[in-house]
Amino acid sequence: MEIMLQQFFNFEIMQKVWPLLLRGFGTTLWLCLIVIPIGLLGGLAAALLLTARLRWVRWPAIAVVDFFRAIPPLVLLVLVYSGLPFAGIRLSPIEAVALGFLLNTSSYYGEIYRAGIESVGRGQWEAARSTGLGGGQTLAYVVLPQAVRNVLPDLVSNTIEVVKLTSIASVVSFPELLYSAEMARSVTFNSSPVVLAAILYLVMLWPLVRLVSRLERRVASH
Amino acid sequence: MTTWERFLDTFFKPDMMAKYWPDILKGMAVTLEIAAAVVVTGLALGLALACLRAWQWRPLNFLIVIFVDLFRALPPLVAILLIYFGLPNVGLNLPSFTVLWLVLSLVLAAFAEEIFWAGITSTPKGQWEAARSTGLSFAQTLFWVVLPQAIRIGVPPLTNRTIAITKNTALGTVIGVPEILNQATTAQSFSGNATPLMMGAIAYVILFVPIVVLGRWIETRFAWRRA
Repeated sequence: MEIMLQQFFNFEIMQKVWPLLLRGFGTTLWLCLIVIPIGLLGGLAAALLLTARLRWVRWPAIAVVDFFRAIPPLVLLVLVYSGLPFAGIRLSPIEAVALGFLLNTSSYYGEIYRAGIESVGRGQWEAARSTGLGGGQTLAYVVLPQAVRNVLPDLVSNTIEVVKLTSIASVVSFPELLYSAEMARSVTFNSSPVVLAAILYLVMLWPLVRLVSRLERRVASH
Repeated sequence: MTTWERFLDTFFKPDMMAKYWPDILKGMAVTLEIAAAVVVTGLALGLALACLRAWQWRPLNFLIVIFVDLFRALPPLVAILLIYFGLPNVGLNLPSFTVLWLVLSLVLAAFAEEIFWAGITSTPKGQWEAARSTGLSFAQTLFWVVLPQAIRIGVPPLTNRTIAITKNTALGTVIGVPEILNQATTAQSFSGNATPLMMGAIAYVILFVPIVVLGRWIETRFAWRRA
């Protein structure tokens, strides 16, 4: 028990690595501020292609989205980060992470938006168009607000997944929270920094997890 | 060399493919093994927890909710590194394969518990009362009346979640589990060519595209209401 506490809850070490981890935490936060909007916008574009009326637009879109949902995000990230340099394209860690996340998270958000758009009846499109709204207006003012409301739990829960996923950026030496913690662990030979990182992830994500549970229950009770 | 030829030479070099495909194939076997083990233990544990929660015994429910929230909020890579590098220092040496299986099973169990539990609570109270009044015990009602419906409701979200979590087997490369990504990056560093990485990606596509497509089909097949 004594050894256990020493190894995982060593407050002295936690105190020493706190500034380093706090910097890593800040980096994780701004990484989220980059990759979440990228994913939300890319996903919306993907959803419009996925729900297109023309078959030769819809089918290739489904193929591309399924392709990127089949490849683990870490594989995608390694491919972008260490594969592309062989072709003469050298991306910095943040560029590689942004590109990898664009391809992966857009596919997931895209599927969620698609489900939302399909949950809004075709009649709504027809009604909106017949009142004189254009296609873009119908989408923006009539369909999307309802679609987003219908799939809000899925959107939030996918966002949690994206935040958790930023931890894989540590594999390409991007100095976010987990990378900082791992660095501190290899210097101190003690796992307390990683425990501290885990606590920071929990502080950030636990409220969101609770929120998702509440949202899911509310949608289910409708 | 034209750009196209250089692209092919970088990512699809035939002699590299010939040389490394046995390694990638070995990686595929390891990935499949872990994925299958995770699906079985994760879903079983998740279902067991949901059933325990149906007993409504407060202290136990509290613990289950803590466990579920913890593994829904914690990035799996953090848990993997914590267990793999932390436990040896307190005298417990787990092989990397076991650590990966354990962490992913716990994560899947957490998500599966939530999904099964949502299914159980969505069964109308009247069904419980009707079943109990015909003489079925609590356990019989749970297993023969409530669970069949709960599982059916849970299938679409469960499929997607299971696919996403089994893909996390790639995280095992960080602790040296010889799965696809690990084989691919090792081969790539020996060969100085990106072809093995591309082969690794293709291996995942071969394994997972059928599952993703199946998931899409299940989702439309089982959906009777769109949330």
